[in-house]
Amino acid sequence: MEASAARTPIHRRVEDATGPSRPSLGIDPLLLLATLGLLVCSLVVLGAATQDDVPGSPYYYVVRQGVYAAVGVALMIAVTRVDYSRIRELKYGLYGVMIGLIVLVIGVGSTARGSRRSFDLGVIAFQPSELGKLLLILTLSAFVVDRVRRLRDRDTTARAMLVALAPAMLVLLQPDLGTSLVYVVIVLAVLFVAGTPGRHFAALAAIGAVGVAFSLVAAPAVGVEVLKPYQKERLTAFLNPSGDPGDAGYQQNQSRIAIGAGQKTGRGEDATQTRLNFLPEHHTDFVFAVVGEEYGFLGASIVLSLFALLIWRALRILTMAKNLYGALIAGGIVAMLMFQVFVNVGMTIGIMPITGVPLPLMSYGGSSVLMTLLAVGILQSIHVQARIASHAKGRVPSL
Amino acid sequence: MYLDSDNRPAITPQLAFRVAVIGGFALVMFAIIFFRLWYLQILSGDKYLAEASNNQVRDIVVPAPRGDILDRNGRILVDNRVSIAVQLEANRIPPRGPARTALLRRLQPILRVSPRRMDREIDEQRKLLPYANVTLKQDVSPAVRNFVLERQDRFPGVRVERIFLRSYPHKELAAQIFGTVGEISPDELEESRFRGVEQGTIVGKGGLEHTYDRYLRGRPGATRIQVDAFGRSTGIFPKREPLQGKQLKLSLDLDLQRAGQEAMSEAGGIPITDGVKNRGGAFVAMDPRTGEVVGMGSFPSFDPNLFAKPLRPSVFRRLNSEDTGAPLVNRATAGAYPTGSTFKLVTAVAGLQSGTISPDTVINDPGAIQIGNIEFQNARRTAHGPVAMRDALRVSSDVYFYRLGQQMNGIGGDILQRWSRRLGMGRATGIDLPEEREGLIPSPAWRDRLYRRKLTDRPWSVGDNVNLSVGQGDLQATPLQLAVAYSAVVSEGRVPTPHLGLRIEDGAGRLLQKVEPPPARRVKIDPAHRQAILDGLEQAASAPGGTSTDVFAGFGRTVLGKTGTAERPGQADQSWYVAYGPDERRPIVVAVTVEQGGFGAESAAPAARLILSEWFGVEKKLVRGSSATF
Repeated sequence: MEASAARTPIHRRVEDATGPSRPSLGIDPLLLLATLGLLVCSLVVLGAATQDDVPGSPYYYVVRQGVYAAVGVALMIAVTRVDYSRIRELKYGLYGVMIGLIVLVIGVGSTARGSRRSFDLGVIAFQPSELGKLLLILTLSAFVVDRVRRLRDRDTTARAMLVALAPAMLVLLQPDLGTSLVYVVIVLAVLFVAGTPGRHFAALAAIGAVGVAFSLVAAPAVGVEVLKPYQKERLTAFLNPSGDPGDAGYQQNQSRIAIGAGQKTGRGEDATQTRLNFLPEHHTDFVFAVVGEEYGFLGASIVLSLFALLIWRALRILTMAKNLYGALIAGGIVAMLMFQVFVNVGMTIGIMPITGVPLPLMSYGGSSVLMTLLAVGILQSIHVQARIASHAKGRVPSL
Repeated sequence: MYLDSDNRPAITPQLAFRVAVIGGFALVMFAIIFFRLWYLQILSGDKYLAEASNNQVRDIVVPAPRGDILDRNGRILVDNRVSIAVQLEANRIPPRGPARTALLRRLQPILRVSPRRMDREIDEQRKLLPYANVTLKQDVSPAVRNFVLERQDRFPGVRVERIFLRSYPHKELAAQIFGTVGEISPDELEESRFRGVEQGTIVGKGGLEHTYDRYLRGRPGATRIQVDAFGRSTGIFPKREPLQGKQLKLSLDLDLQRAGQEAMSEAGGIPITDGVKNRGGAFVAMDPRTGEVVGMGSFPSFDPNLFAKPLRPSVFRRLNSEDTGAPLVNRATAGAYPTGSTFKLVTAVAGLQSGTISPDTVINDPGAIQIGNIEFQNARRTAHGPVAMRDALRVSSDVYFYRLGQQMNGIGGDILQRWSRRLGMGRATGIDLPEEREGLIPSPAWRDRLYRRKLTDRPWSVGDNVNLSVGQGDLQATPLQLAVAYSAVVSEGRVPTPHLGLRIEDGAGRLLQKVEPPPARRVKIDPAHRQAILDGLEQAASAPGGTSTDVFAGFGRTVLGKTGTAERPGQADQSWYVAYGPDERRPIVVAVTVEQGGFGAESAAPAARLILSEWFGVEKKLVRGSSATF
């Protein structure tokens, strides 16, 4: 990345699908298609998988997920119309809200399976750490934009890491390893997109390796458990998933069996892994295994294609953004989506450890769905603003 | 430069590169996921489909009731009853500690058994059968069964099983011959006789249950049920019906068996169930031609229904204790004793067949003789005067047989020992019961070997043979062996293989298979010699001066019999009697022994009379004899 090359702009054509006559509706239709397509898939899959989960109300999860999706889509459209650049001014407030909520949930949140992750708000169990993903992207990007001229300073990288690691550590305390890993991925992605030098990443990798070694080996040796035993077990179980079908590897084993048994076109009504509850968490973390079993390779391919479309459009929006802030936000969102998709799907097919990361838009859960739709809304906002900006620039000579 | 360069969003090459890295990474990840899905779903789909199908079905073994055991007339001796048992699965028993305590506390109000007792039960049963499920309570009500089954999540590892328990309607009657049943052990699973038997199957652990297990066992059924991940049944597919074991018909006669038990109690004065130390006895009644055992009892006895429940170690210890007379031991086949004068039959055959004497050789019996530096005497030094074989047997002259023993020892070649073995002593009779003792025929080689190893204080001497000739000393024989030896003599040298099993039948009593014991071994006995012996035995029970003549006074049928009185160190004499009741259709040999029963005529012979009375339909009368002979 030489300085001389940096001054040479590249020019690219904008495929102008919507036309310049309606600049205010300049959303990305393919991104919208991918988003809505995944939501539909989610509702269909949940409908098939959760019929018998709540006795007497076969559509319990579908109805709720539908409501979350509807509210989320409304929010997404609303956000589309907001200029995301304004959010930059709110960065301290948003960061404070994020930290505050996460701290609060550790203190007074409701406990589910040994971890405090959510506030029980009656209709929805609100997980601040989900919203935190998006808030971190927005505030961290703002922080990096502020220091864009000092990107080569170690200081900048270190501070950015601190900004992200503070909430990540708090989330790890809940404990929620998967989400805290998402935070780390977000900060790395934002720094990468911003152009942090490669040696900084190398240093971070070294520190990270030492940290992992410390938390897994050294700290337990002196009696401090950074990770809970079950977390370690889950993280290592994928290396040998069949080793103990009754224990940590059980979920992964059952998930693999479910997906494999789906074969080409799925088992539909006969999907015993899902319907007889062999597949745990089939409406949340392991929803992709349900897709695999019920709809086979065909169904899984459709869902994966929709995610590919989503990621492609998000990356494209990253390149279009009218300013660095937009590019960094898009970078953070795309990294978040990619990480969640690959880790979640990888987990269900047995090539990634179990970390409890939801599959965006597919997994049942209000917080995750709302946050993801908000994130997509911001992507659309970046797209819209980029279109407005380019139109505005294009119109300046004609005015 | 393009004209519209300003209104096109421009990105730097660096950013483009970074986006390309991210995009490339995404592409690689999607490719990996895609190929993995291809591998799982298309290439290995069949395997995973099979695994998914296996996942949802459980094969549950449905135990088969074991076959009934009947007497020769089809009356039930052993059958089954159904019980609902609450068990803990062997591999899911929580270790001692809070988890187990919590589970047992939850079970307490339902089973009405205190957690402490269940806790002890678990440990005790695991000690006895470490591989088997632990039974917490048997015979629970259907309500308890339903309660536990409907709350499986609260009672992990707790199973409610419909089990078949062995039931013995006649309680202590012939208790020792049946043996117990129990879950097959890991060691037994390896044995070839249990090939094809599934784990968890109930098999015979002793006695007839063991010998005829192959037939009695039946075939457990299997039910295939569809279950969900919590093990809750969601559907049942009957797969294979359990098949009850086959029915075993014994040669045993229930009436004779009962008469034998009463005789032992009345004439022998033996406690039937609450035994005491050194106060036991046994009887065997068999058909001398075929070896069919029509009666076999050992006392003290016990109620085998005890074994149908989880057995307390304390009860088990009591059943095995010498102090309670070790009621589990079948003295008829495993009680090895000196047999006293009943052994003279063997000595007589040996002496005659070896040519040591002839039936008419007369030996003077002055009441005692000096052999070496030991004086051997008759009981109470009674002098019988000059006696030949017939009279010697009638009056049970010890001196006559002492001389015989002395002479045979002088000739050498282990004449007496060889003939003992030929008549079935000192070796297994081959009865269809696993618990059989061979006994011991003392021989010069045996004692000299012990002496060389410094296990005894002296080598073989003539006195040993003299003692053996009258059934004293080191001799050890079982009542069954005596019955076999007498059968061999009365049935012209055919040594029968005694057996209890007669027929294998289906549930309706149709013959499936006859139990064929090995053919009788042949021993050549000169008819003249045999007749002399039989005459002597007959006179002993009927002629004036016969040792058991008074016992059989007024019996009304011909009886041949020999008394025996075994001297046992530190105890009162053991009473013996072996009788032969000749009959065209149903001849019978009865051997009876009563520990501490005194002279043979005192208790064993009267018991034999009672047994014979039952067999021949003669009025039962307890007559004690007065003969004081060994």
